[in-house]
Amino acid sequence: MKLMRIKAIVKKESIQILRDPLSLAMAFLMPVMLLFIFGYAITMDVDNLSTVVYDRDKSSMSREFIAEFRESRYFTIVGYAEKQADIDRYIDSGTARVAISIPEDFSKSMKTGRNAEIQVAVDGSDSNTATIALGYISAISELYSQRIKKNPVASFNSPHSGREGEAGVPAKRVVALHEEGATQAPLIAAPIVTSRVRVWYNPELKSRNFIVPGLIAVIMAIIAALLTSLTIAREWERGTMEQLISTPVKPPELIIGKLFTYFVIGLIDVLMSTLIGIYLFDVPLKGSPLLLMMLSGLFLFGGLSLGILISVATKSQLIASQVSIIASYLPALLLSGFMFSISNMPAPLQIVTYIIPARYFVTMLKAIYLKGSALNLLVFETVLLSIFGFLVFMTANRKFKKRIE
Amino acid sequence: MLERIKRMVVKEFHQIFRDRRMRPIIFVTPIIQLIVFGYAVTTDVNNVSMAVYDLDKSYESRALIRRFEASGYFRILRYVNAPEEVRLLLDKGKVLAVLQTNHGFSADIKKGKQTEVQVLFDGTDSNTALVAMSYANAIITQYARSLGSPKINATAIKLDVRARAWYNPDLRSRNYNVPGVIAIMIMLICLLLTSMAIVREREIGTMEQLMVTPLKPLELILGKTIPFAVIGFFDMFLVTIVGVSWFSITIQGSLLLLVLCTGIYLLSVLGIGLFISTVSRTQQQALMGTFLFFAPAVLLSGLMFPIENMPVAVQYGTYLNPLRYFLVIIRGIFLKGNGVNILWPQMLALFILGTTVMTISALRFKKRLG
Repeated sequence: MKLMRIKAIVKKESIQILRDPLSLAMAFLMPVMLLFIFGYAITMDVDNLSTVVYDRDKSSMSREFIAEFRESRYFTIVGYAEKQADIDRYIDSGTARVAISIPEDFSKSMKTGRNAEIQVAVDGSDSNTATIALGYISAISELYSQRIKKNPVASFNSPHSGREGEAGVPAKRVVALHEEGATQAPLIAAPIVTSRVRVWYNPELKSRNFIVPGLIAVIMAIIAALLTSLTIAREWERGTMEQLISTPVKPPELIIGKLFTYFVIGLIDVLMSTLIGIYLFDVPLKGSPLLLMMLSGLFLFGGLSLGILISVATKSQLIASQVSIIASYLPALLLSGFMFSISNMPAPLQIVTYIIPARYFVTMLKAIYLKGSALNLLVFETVLLSIFGFLVFMTANRKFKKRIE
Repeated sequence: MLERIKRMVVKEFHQIFRDRRMRPIIFVTPIIQLIVFGYAVTTDVNNVSMAVYDLDKSYESRALIRRFEASGYFRILRYVNAPEEVRLLLDKGKVLAVLQTNHGFSADIKKGKQTEVQVLFDGTDSNTALVAMSYANAIITQYARSLGSPKINATAIKLDVRARAWYNPDLRSRNYNVPGVIAIMIMLICLLLTSMAIVREREIGTMEQLMVTPLKPLELILGKTIPFAVIGFFDMFLVTIVGVSWFSITIQGSLLLLVLCTGIYLLSVLGIGLFISTVSRTQQQALMGTFLFFAPAVLLSGLMFPIENMPVAVQYGTYLNPLRYFLVIIRGIFLKGNGVNILWPQMLALFILGTTVMTISALRFKKRLG
């Protein structure tokens, strides 16, 4: 192996990449676009649920209760139903996803101290939103009934008195809510067990804070799948491979030369993603940036080697692209725990995730970003990623030699 | 004209399947993807790993712990004895939640005093944490209610929430996701095949040969897109059959309507594939162009993230996304049994979008041929 020949390959690849500025631009645009989509456009936080209200009581008390929902940022009231059939229409057409129905005797029950029952219907199509919505509804109702208990008359007369402090109720703060519940004087003399909830690592429970770190893994996987998987197949398809074979360059030199060029692009992408995450989206990076870059480099090495291996094995760009999507991109997106937590998957699929390198990388990223973990907590993952990269790299080398002879 | 198109379609099929490895790619990979997606894309929260730090070690604290265990939402992995252990377990990610009862928990309950249970969550995955919290809270509230004496409860005002979930009463996210997965897989395979195959022909130089034949541009475009439309339909059937039988989902609505809507959907998808092929010179560009469209199209379609939670400007942007309309249609047909009377706005929008994209792409394609 000669350094000079590797350098020549790197130069050749760089010229080829620079000659195709459109592909290069897309390689840098991709992470920026994904970051912006995940940072700005989408959130897994549930807000502004379209709600229809069927107020059969039509009293000041029921209106006050509805106001609780209107003022919280979780619900947006899109309409009022006049009869039961209206609710069906709203939910069937998807105009509303939550329906709250207040019984005729709502204010009467409240004043006489009897139990009142509100009926809630949620569109369960999206089960996750539905579960969270139900949680908010019970929390808001619970708070309301607690306030009524405490001061039924005042609250009856002046709907907004003395509640500026807690307006907008559990604004993403089931936490605050429970603590409030705990500090409020026990109104009922029954033995009440309350829960005090604390959240670590991501106390505001922002989905962005766990999505953005994991996204780096997905971006790496895309770069590896989309760029390197085509590089060697392309040489075969265009017939330039024969020219390369006739040069004294050896297979490992060619592979290292190609790897290195794309490695640089990949690392620039990591750096860009990290900076955008920190400065534009305020995602805290608690751990060491150096460790982050080093481990990203390690993962990138394995990912790019896999891309090369696919390219060597398929010799066709169309097939290489399909294979690398299945082998690299989809696992990084779905089976890495980036968005969908692995513990919720069925057992056989959980076992599959153990052979997905992105799984270990996502664990590392989240730990470095949110927990500030140092290398000593990540030894296991580091070792596994190194083994993976080494094995894939060696296999690519072996496969390639065979074909060239 | 019909004869020439037929010949061309036959030629295209030969070309696609000449490489034997294309067969598994077209027929097997969608099924693998469906199954992986179907299982992985679940936002249901259960089996939250939990550690218990029971300082009270009483009958009452054990009763509460048993409630957590029996709920099915939490899985108790470990009992710890020191606060340092709690930190280590959370740091290493071994557990996502820690339940802690304090000294005097049972004594307080017996005396009728208010007492407190602590639950600590790893908020890294905010969504899971949020859902798990509401479960934990419900379990503790239920436990507290089971302790309360009836005499006192009678005087307290209580607001009961009676909740019902429609369409998907067990709140299983799989029912909701599988139809969506079908839609995105059809999109991915059709986009990639169309854009890359056309560019490949140009790269290799066989496009010139086609141009010297008596084929008219329109015939060439039809001949190029019809095979992919056929593959799209075929994959749609395949994946629907597997999805329905494997995940035991029932299709509530009309199959005929589903076929019709798939046709309208494929119009947009193939149009976009054709468009990408006209702006790419190499297969690499086609592949990246496909992703540059595919990734935002999936993320901004409402498949995993509700559109109503997005910023308003982005919400307007989603009106240009064919997947957005098709998702409403396919979910409507699968889960709600909707008919044309409800789905016509989406069908109309998808049709307009499809014909527009197709026309623009065809014009560009024609220009590039000339």
